[in-house]
Amino acid sequence: MKTNAFAYQRPDTAEEAVRLAAEGGDGARFIAGGQSLLAALNFRLDEPEALIDISRIATLRGIERRENRLLIGALTRHAEVAASPEVARDLPLIARAMREVAHPAIRNRGTFGGSLALADPAAEMPACALALDAVMHVLSPEGRRQVPAAEFFCGMYETALEPGELLTGVEIPLPEPGARHGFSELARRHGDYAMAGLAMMLGPRSGGVPSWARVAFFGLSDCPARSAAAEAAILSGARPEDCAAKACEEIEVFGDLNADEATKRHYAEVMLRRELTRLANDEERTA
Amino acid sequence: MTKVSMTVNGKSVSGEVEGRTLLVDFLREGLELTGTHVGCDTSQCGACVVHVDGEAVKSCSIFAAEAEGAEVTTIEGMAAPDGTLSPLQQAFQDHHGLQCGFCTPGMVMSAAALLKENPRPTEAEVRDYLEGNLCRCTGYHNIVKAIMAASGQEAAVAAE
Repeated sequence: MKTNAFAYQRPDTAEEAVRLAAEGGDGARFIAGGQSLLAALNFRLDEPEALIDISRIATLRGIERRENRLLIGALTRHAEVAASPEVARDLPLIARAMREVAHPAIRNRGTFGGSLALADPAAEMPACALALDAVMHVLSPEGRRQVPAAEFFCGMYETALEPGELLTGVEIPLPEPGARHGFSELARRHGDYAMAGLAMMLGPRSGGVPSWARVAFFGLSDCPARSAAAEAAILSGARPEDCAAKACEEIEVFGDLNADEATKRHYAEVMLRRELTRLANDEERTA
Repeated sequence: MTKVSMTVNGKSVSGEVEGRTLLVDFLREGLELTGTHVGCDTSQCGACVVHVDGEAVKSCSIFAAEAEGAEVTTIEGMAAPDGTLSPLQQAFQDHHGLQCGFCTPGMVMSAAALLKENPRPTEAEVRDYLEGNLCRCTGYHNIVKAIMAASGQEAAVAAE
């Protein structure tokens, strides 16, 4: 047996799941797709006392349009998000980023909410949530609350979720017509964890500059991070190379096994410059 | 202990397992279906790929209890009852798509999932789909050839 022994529980409702989590205290874990958790358990990096299998709770799965928002249930699998016509049409940033998420067999099990709740610093979806200004829906025995993505990611594998709280879904405001997305990722091999990555949304142009900008990097720091300096430069109409120079101005970049700090800063700048240049060229072509 | 019931290669099976029993351990040790291999246990290598409700899944990264009620297909379910290989398996043999054979069950199951959703993939699509399956012998060329041939595109490979 690879993992430690634990009590396996499979509640039928989200309310029952959070009640079991409250009973289980520090030793309880939710399992959704399990595509990161099982590796951690198999290595015994984590030894929970109780595993609460939420994967059969149908109300937490699926993609639903609510006026000008898309609600993605936490248990919606990566493969389902990747194949969704609504996501492809309304949230092309997520459709684009999904191509870099792991491998097909992992995307068949891994869930959208699981990726956000795990908050791996090199994961794509947390950065997309920041760039899209997503809102996390959270359930606990005390009730429901909503947490904006900007306040959700706190550190390496750390989120605003309190112990026993369950991420039930993610609400994403649909960008207005004319908004554009940029995405870039560098990994040793396709599907590996990112050495550096960029997820970006730019509002429709008005007076030659985007009306708003959200620039999020991943794989650089202990959690995905917006670059306010780069966003300000974009809104000032600065050239791509001058915006790119600001990419990591306020981001604390950590080197890792793959690349040291200076290399990661360089990757971030190149990614931002290239994506801004590409978008500017697209703009010229269609003008 | 938890009771699990599922359909494996068309047969109803059930057993008592611990919550921590991985699906691959249930298949190999509980049902003695040892065709599914364990490589890395951390969802990197793909040797343990089986189909759960028709989708490719790494059986080292799902507990048996999570597959309660599911339809599971393993490499043992690919050939006909009389032992006649499926066209995909036969293509692996014809094109020498294996050397040591350790990765082969996972390769065949991943390739079968690919061909189900994309019956005539390009070579690039085959290589892309197999990125979660590691082979340390063949350099992948013959595996890709076998899959292209199984999809009826042998000529496309031969012409290269």
